[in-house]
Amino acid sequence: MDTSTHSSASSSANSESTNARERAPSGAMSSVSVGNGENRVSKATDKVKLKAEGVNVFYGDTQAINGIDLDIYENEVLAFIGPSGCGKSTFLRCLNRMNDTIDICRVEGKITLDERDIYAPDRDVVLLRAQVGIVFQKPNPFPKSIYENIAYGPRLHGLAKRKAELDDIVESSLRRAGLWDEVKDRLDKPGTGLSGGQQQRLCIARTVAVSPDVILMDEPCSALDPIATAKVEQLIDELSESYTIVMVTHNMQQAARVADRTAFFHMGDLAEVDTTDNIFTNPQDQRTHDYITGRFG
Amino acid sequence: MSNFALIATLLMLMALAYHLGLTRSRAVASSRDVRLHSRPGYYGTLVALWCGLPALVIFLLWSFLAPQLIDTLVTGQLPPELVSGLGDREMQTLMRRISALADGRGVAGGGSPEELAAASHMARLQTLENIALIAVMAVLAVAGLVLARRRISPTWRARNQVERVITFALAASSAVAILTTVGIVLSMLGEALRFFSFIHPADFFFGTVWNPRFSTAGSSGQGEFGLLPLLWGTLMVSAIALLVAIPVGLMTAIYMSEYASPWLRSIAKPIIEILAGIPTIVYGFFALTVIGPFLSMLGDLVGINIRTTSAMTAGIAMGIMIIPFVSSLSDDIITQVPKSLRDGALGLGATKSETIRQVVLPAALPGIVGAFLLAASRAIGETMIVVLAAGNNPVLHANPFEAVSTITVTIVNQLTGDMDFASPQSLVAFALGLTLFVITLGLNVIALVVVRKYRQQYE
Amino acid sequence: MSLTIEQRRQHRLETIEKSLSKRHRKENTFRRLGLVAVLTGLTLVAILFASILSKGVPAFWQATLYTEVTFDPDVIDIAPKPERQEGETQYAYDERMTQWLTQAGLVNWQSLIDASLEQALGEEVEPRQLRDLRALVASGERYALRDRFTEDPSLLGETVSLKMLASADVDVWVKGNIDRDLPDARLQLSPQSRAWVDVLQEQDVLRQSFSTSLFMNTDSRSSLASAGLAGAFMGSLFMMMVVISLSVPLGVSSAIYLEEFAPKNRLTDLIEININNLAAVPSIVFGLLGASIFIGYLRLPLSAPLVGGLVLTLMTLPTIIIATRASLRSIPPSIRQAALGIGASRVQTVFHHVLPLALPGILTGSILGVAQALGETAPLLLIGMNAFVANVPGSPMDQSTALPVQIYLWQGNELRNFFEARTSAAIIVLLGLMLSLNALAIWLRKKFETRW
Repeated sequence: MDTSTHSSASSSANSESTNARERAPSGAMSSVSVGNGENRVSKATDKVKLKAEGVNVFYGDTQAINGIDLDIYENEVLAFIGPSGCGKSTFLRCLNRMNDTIDICRVEGKITLDERDIYAPDRDVVLLRAQVGIVFQKPNPFPKSIYENIAYGPRLHGLAKRKAELDDIVESSLRRAGLWDEVKDRLDKPGTGLSGGQQQRLCIARTVAVSPDVILMDEPCSALDPIATAKVEQLIDELSESYTIVMVTHNMQQAARVADRTAFFHMGDLAEVDTTDNIFTNPQDQRTHDYITGRFG
Repeated sequence: MSNFALIATLLMLMALAYHLGLTRSRAVASSRDVRLHSRPGYYGTLVALWCGLPALVIFLLWSFLAPQLIDTLVTGQLPPELVSGLGDREMQTLMRRISALADGRGVAGGGSPEELAAASHMARLQTLENIALIAVMAVLAVAGLVLARRRISPTWRARNQVERVITFALAASSAVAILTTVGIVLSMLGEALRFFSFIHPADFFFGTVWNPRFSTAGSSGQGEFGLLPLLWGTLMVSAIALLVAIPVGLMTAIYMSEYASPWLRSIAKPIIEILAGIPTIVYGFFALTVIGPFLSMLGDLVGINIRTTSAMTAGIAMGIMIIPFVSSLSDDIITQVPKSLRDGALGLGATKSETIRQVVLPAALPGIVGAFLLAASRAIGETMIVVLAAGNNPVLHANPFEAVSTITVTIVNQLTGDMDFASPQSLVAFALGLTLFVITLGLNVIALVVVRKYRQQYE
Repeated sequence: MSLTIEQRRQHRLETIEKSLSKRHRKENTFRRLGLVAVLTGLTLVAILFASILSKGVPAFWQATLYTEVTFDPDVIDIAPKPERQEGETQYAYDERMTQWLTQAGLVNWQSLIDASLEQALGEEVEPRQLRDLRALVASGERYALRDRFTEDPSLLGETVSLKMLASADVDVWVKGNIDRDLPDARLQLSPQSRAWVDVLQEQDVLRQSFSTSLFMNTDSRSSLASAGLAGAFMGSLFMMMVVISLSVPLGVSSAIYLEEFAPKNRLTDLIEININNLAAVPSIVFGLLGASIFIGYLRLPLSAPLVGGLVLTLMTLPTIIIATRASLRSIPPSIRQAALGIGASRVQTVFHHVLPLALPGILTGSILGVAQALGETAPLLLIGMNAFVANVPGSPMDQSTALPVQIYLWQGNELRNFFEARTSAAIIVLLGLMLSLNALAIWLRKKFETRW
């Protein structure tokens, strides 16, 4: 595996070298992951979907993110891990400009989606968020019916012209989220009445209904029990067929189970990014090593 | 001895009792070399309470009852020829003259022999009463002091007893609020029932004409007491007020909580809240001198005749008054909608206004409806603005630019001036008050239930 | 039937891009609506204050005549002021004094004023024009002159410089609060009077002076120019004393009981609901309660600040209870647990630890409650406090009115163009008092603010 020749992301991600592309876990090269020994197949392609260059984030006078460079490939599952407060969620939220809603937050540097700067002045944040969806830590269904929860995004963006089209989108989104069979008889019941795991899958379905290119997930399983977590993890694996998924997790086993690549954040720095196998078996950075062996965090 | 000196003496006695209790308990503790149950201060307090409280209770009861007793005794002794044919008011004057003579202030003309006799009788009784009071209080105070001091022992749980008294006093104060409500209900019901003995309830609640006539003593020149024109006026003014206050208040709350920069918020919020602290009489004056003439000028511009005092004038002023009420309540409720819901919508690509209109407001709807109900109840019960600016015209009509009258205005009209608790013209105020109380109470209860349900949803 | 994900994405991008400008327009409209609402609120505050200040501030200055008045012995032809003699009873002395005062009251004080004005004008005034002359001076000034003399009889024969209030009509005329082009009959002053006003102004005898009468006098019906707020102010002061001494202790104790001691059962639930509702009961209902219980049943005197204070106490109680409870609730339970943990009783915990910490909040709430009571009008009308009272009340049992009620009475006065300004001035005084109370509350909150 040639991935082992690369020490850390920050040293190589700047350069548009062929090295960086080789490092991409394309297909067969990294088909085996560790974790609980399950086999999963990466669907990642060579295309850089999101690219961060020299990203700094400030909250007021405090710097939360220090100059991060990172490439995210199409249809890969990338996990952010690290001790709490290390900036992984902050960075995730930069990717679809959710940080805009925080008054004191300021982002420097460049992030591109399909080679277009997402912080460019003429860039419309509405359109960006339709392309880069987000699922939050705590399930947050709207206090509306299950159907309306899913239909909200398509309706908002005028994606369905007829009721039948909308029905179609709702059904396929729920199916994709593996929720259809559980809720098809009670689409008009409030979404808040579902169990925690179902709510989170509803939120994923709600995001999927807009057909984004990228789905960001901010610790999507932290509020869920193990069975619900397993279902969501399975869902992530299925979604990675057609979506680029970036997820924050505090659970290293989860990263090992679902991620193609894993990025380790430490105190606002991107310490290391590599295939998940390498991060867990052969970390190049001392901090990563200390973290995954349980020295801190 | 004047009451003031009496109470002052009692207080000094209590201070002495405190000191005695304190020293006694210390002595007990040191002589027997045991630990007291409570700290010495509690023993002192307890002795002081034993000394003061019974005497104080007697004093209060006494000062409440004794004058009435004396009056009755003196009245009984008055020669019949002096009393015969005197009305209530003349009787009061007579008694006032007698008591003025009795305490040595004297009256113009020096008073008739009968009056002087009655006065000296009264003075005797008063002296007797005063001495008796002092004696009783002294006995109670000293007895309380001595007995309590003797009981001091290490096992006497003084602190618990003092605390029980404190707790009881606290509980008694919270009974005042209950008593107020009971008082409101009973007094309104009582007087309203008396009113309904003159006027049939159906004529009151469903009558469409309000024409109470003047209340003339003796003759029961009964007018018509139809509630509906007043209720209609009340609802019309309140509706106009809500039409002004709800859009402005709600949009202000939304802008303040979702859009305004911290700088603007810190300036504008307190300024708008000033509106809430301004007395209603000021709004009434403002309506009368600014809003009314302004509307009337507008009317002239478009060629219609608008009166200075009208439902519209009062309604707009009342609306201004309620703006901060609506906006601060809505603000509370909107900020209670969890941020995660907003993020959910924004994350899907909704614009801010779409998030607010399609997610935040529907989620906050029950709470906001509750706030509107509270605002409505406040509008319905508002008095001074309508007294000054609504024009007092109790007629059923649908033109908001005409003068109207409301329930509150009519209460004021019927109950100011000579108060005569025997005529329907005065008593009707209580029937109106009862109606008002029931309406506002209903709105409040519904609103509180709705708001509470809403809060629970997000807690 | 189903589109592929790529097709969907393409379709989505195009659809959204097409609708974007419309959505942003809506967004801007909505935001602007909000801004308009905020600005409306701010503008209303501005208009309200501007209208009241612009009307009221000039009323703090009043047209005043600076003249020389001679206490002419020919006019003041009465016996010397009686003095109390040995062995004389108080009653007999009072009788003699009353007789002397009656005599003094019969003196033609107005003629002294007339003479001084003639002197100032520098012309003889014919008897038929005396009406026009007397229209210039507030009619209360002759009583002021009498009182000045009865207090200091040595003034007899002296000539003193005096400030006399010009009449309300003159004040209106000088300030331009009347349209000078109106027909003569509606100008309130006769042509002769107006001519004299001009002369007096030219000679600087008539000028604007700070209106002490507004603060020192009571209401007046005969001498409108000298109507003042002193009586109403004292009435309000007495009422506030009653309110503070009753509603604060009662409110705070019942809040302490409900928050710290009361068992959580249906009765306390009921009390809680009851207090919340009481806070929203219209103020006029409290007036009815006062009229029925305090006046009708307990036979307390009409128009007394004591009764007004009692009614306002009942009205303010819920506000203070609610504020105190909120303040107590904001004290973290850890404080209570810490005190209870080292063996303090519940009473000790509350009074030694919780209450001192909650004090700023309680004070703030109480001050706001009192400020609210200060501005309340409606219930006072029902217990007779809108009666005309010409004396400054000396005790809470005397007849009195209150500041907001005085505003109500003045705004209804027929001499509109004088009393509109006077009313606004009274409003400024009332608002000034209320704003200072509020400022005090804010200052206390800022000063003692604790963050947990």
